Parts: sequence; C-alpha cells; structure tokens
Amino acid sequence: MSFFNSRYHRQIILPEIGTSGQDKLTASKVLIIGAGGLGCPVLQYLTAAGVGTIGIIDFDVVEISNLHRQVLYGESAVGKNKAQAAKTRLTDLNPTIAIHAYPEKLTTKNALSLFSAYDIIVDGTDNFSTRYLVNDACVITCKPLVYAAIFKYQGQVSVFNYQNGPTYRCLFPEPPKAGSVPSCAEIGVLGVLPGIIGSMQANEVLKIILGLGTVLNGTLLMYDSQTTQSSTFSISRVASEISKVLDQAKDFETIDYDLFCGIKKISEITAKDAFLIKNAQFIDVREAHEQPKIESLDSANIPLDKLGQELSTIDKEKEIIIFCQSGIRSKKAVEIFLKHGFVNVSHVKGGAVALYEIIPDLTDYRNL
Amino acid sequence: MQLTIRYFGMLAEATAITEEQLQTEACSVSQLLEKLKIQYPKLSGKDFKVAINQQLVAHNHIINTEAEVALLPPFAGG
Repeated sequence: MSFFNSRYHRQIILPEIGTSGQDKLTASKVLIIGAGGLGCPVLQYLTAAGVGTIGIIDFDVVEISNLHRQVLYGESAVGKNKAQAAKTRLTDLNPTIAIHAYPEKLTTKNALSLFSAYDIIVDGTDNFSTRYLVNDACVITCKPLVYAAIFKYQGQVSVFNYQNGPTYRCLFPEPPKAGSVPSCAEIGVLGVLPGIIGSMQANEVLKIILGLGTVLNGTLLMYDSQTTQSSTFSISRVASEISKVLDQAKDFETIDYDLFCGIKKISEITAKDAFLIKNAQFIDVREAHEQPKIESLDSANIPLDKLGQELSTIDKEKEIIIFCQSGIRSKKAVEIFLKHGFVNVSHVKGGAVALYEIIPDLTDYRNL
Repeated sequence: MQLTIRYFGMLAEATAITEEQLQTEACSVSQLLEKLKIQYPKLSGKDFKVAINQQLVAHNHIINTEAEVALLPPFAGG
C-alpha cells in the first residue's frame, strides 16, 4: 500500500468512497471564506481528507481571544495573518495538497475571479455584508455555497445555490437592521459550538464532492448545543431574488454591501448645516426646468439620469452636497457617488425647498 | 386552534422562552405575529422568517390547523 493510500486508508475502505472517491477529493477545489471559528474546523477536516486544492481568504490577524475556538492556531500564531497561519499549520497536517492563502479582504473586486478558480465556496464569515457578497458572487459564478452562522449556543447550516436550489437571499432577502444581530465578539460564544457547526459544513462539502447521502440543499438546519436538538426547515427557491442578483451582475464590482446592510449610512444634512460647510461642491440633481432655482448658490446642475456620465468631472477631494426637490433623488445620487468611491457626500433634507427658505438668512450664515 | 411556537436565537431572548403552546384565533402568519408582538414587545423590530410545520412560509400564509410555528432569525457569527 502506498504512502498516499495509507494516509486515506480509513476513508478509502468505506465502500461508498473507495479510491475513486479519493480521486474525486484530490481533484476538487474548495475556497473557505474566513479562517475563524467556523473556518478552522472546515479547513482542518478538508485538509485531512485530502481535498486537492484549498483556498483560504482572511485579512484578519490571530488574537489571543481567538484561541479558545479557532483551534488551528497556537500562541505562536498570535499577531499573524489568519490565512497564512492556517496554511502553515495545514501544510504540516497534509503536505500532499495545494493550499493557497489569500491574506486580503474579500471584496466585489476580487470575489468573482477568486470564486471562478474553485468548485465549492464555504462561508465562514462573521458579518452580513460579506455573507450577501459571498452569496451573490456564488450566484453569478454558479458555485455551490456551504453556509453556516452561529449565535451564542445555536448554529444554522445550509447549502445554497446547489442543483438549482435556493440561495441565501431566498431565505433572508433583506439584511437585518444594522446592529440588531450581535456578533460573537459582542455576546460571546462557547468554543465548541463553531467546532460542531464548522464540522457540519465540512461534512456537507465532502458529501457534495463524493456524491454521498442527502445534501442540505433547500434545507436550513438549526442546531442548539444547549438541548443538543437539531431541527430542519425547507426553503424554496425564489426566482425573483436570484434574478435581482443576476440582473446587476455586470455592475457587481460597484455594489456597496456595507451600504446594502446599513453599516454605511447615507448622510443627510439640514439646509442650514449645508451652508456652513466651507468650499462644498453643491450639486442640483433636478431637471433644468425645476423650480425654485437657488440663484445665489454656486451649484452644478446634473440631473440624476446624467450623473453616471458626469462623475469623472467632479472633484473627489471636495465635500459634495447634493439636493433635489424633496430629498428622494438626492438620496439615490448619494448612493451612486458612494458606489464610485466618493467619501464625503451628503444630501440636503427637504431639498431645494428647504434651501430656498433659508436664503433670506444666507448672508448671515456666510459671514459666520 | 392550538399552535406550538418555537423561538430561535435572539428571539428566545426577546420572549424569554424557547417554546410555548398557544391557543389562538389568528388565521394567518401576519395576524399571529401581530398578537405575538403585543405579548412580547421586544419582538417588534426584530428580523426573522417564519416556518409552519418545518416549511418556510410568507406572512400571508393561512394557518387553519394545529401547527408548529418556528420563528427563525438570521445569525451573523462565524
């Protein structure tokens, strides 16, 4: 028996796996997003099982408070990038496979090309922005997504976008209000919980690769470590949710998921405060014929539907203040600016009407 | 009509129970949720999905037989 076969002997002798199953594992490529509480057990078991190519993306560094649950790391890894520290440990565990560490943040810029190079994506992230980003990138690149998330003593696991099944958005179309769902850092977690849930994710990955059993496709599993009970719920594919993602696939790189999840807010200022900002660039996104005109205000008129073409003419360094008639179009305009990398952008509450009303006092403000 | 209501994650914290039997006249998911939010004010403003007999349903889903209702919130942690 070869060295290779001895390593995997105990799984190869399972009649459902055999050497052909092992060959499937060797040929498969799995990308794990986040090498934290969930990512560590996933990485450990997939590496040990001989998944031929493993990718790890994580920009974060190992902290001492991670060690009680992120069991790949020891004290020697504290301060090191998680993707690289995980690769070091995993290479020792199984040097016969290819392990790629990406010590960077997953963004809309790198997600599609990265996902395209793998067969299965595993979500081990800890925030909603990245979860929606991962889901949408999986939809666009047609990759199955092995999902899990935890809260205190409970975990949820599912497999999305597999065999024409539902996606994360079919389960949760809208993100929860920002700050309403706490993270492990805020409320704590017992280390073994991500160990259990991450192992379930690893199991789903192996089932997909090996064609074993029933994959949690279209099924949400809820596990409670306090009662040791698990419950499953069926989820249906919602075609309109998937179309939404595919319809904006060509603009994927410009989607701001922090904005979508309410982490980044559209800033709104009052007409009075708007005038107090020195050297601000005012932009009127109304159509040219709309009244009232704010003659005394030095502003550029770029109607909302022309904004996309005119963005390059606007100075990114300046503070930008947008207004329309009532505040609806200006809010959309702020979103467009934020998507295109502008940072200091706000819009006027109450729009042109509010600005017009305080013009009699304008001289006083300007002289402040 | 007798319903079994199960609360998951932070919803169990909002109601201080994980499961209860409820006798109710509510005949749709939205009617049931209205009643639950009066009984447990902390449920208001929470985001969650509803499953009836282990099947995810919309808020206009009709409940007219004994059923198990599960309230499922999204989790963030990893």
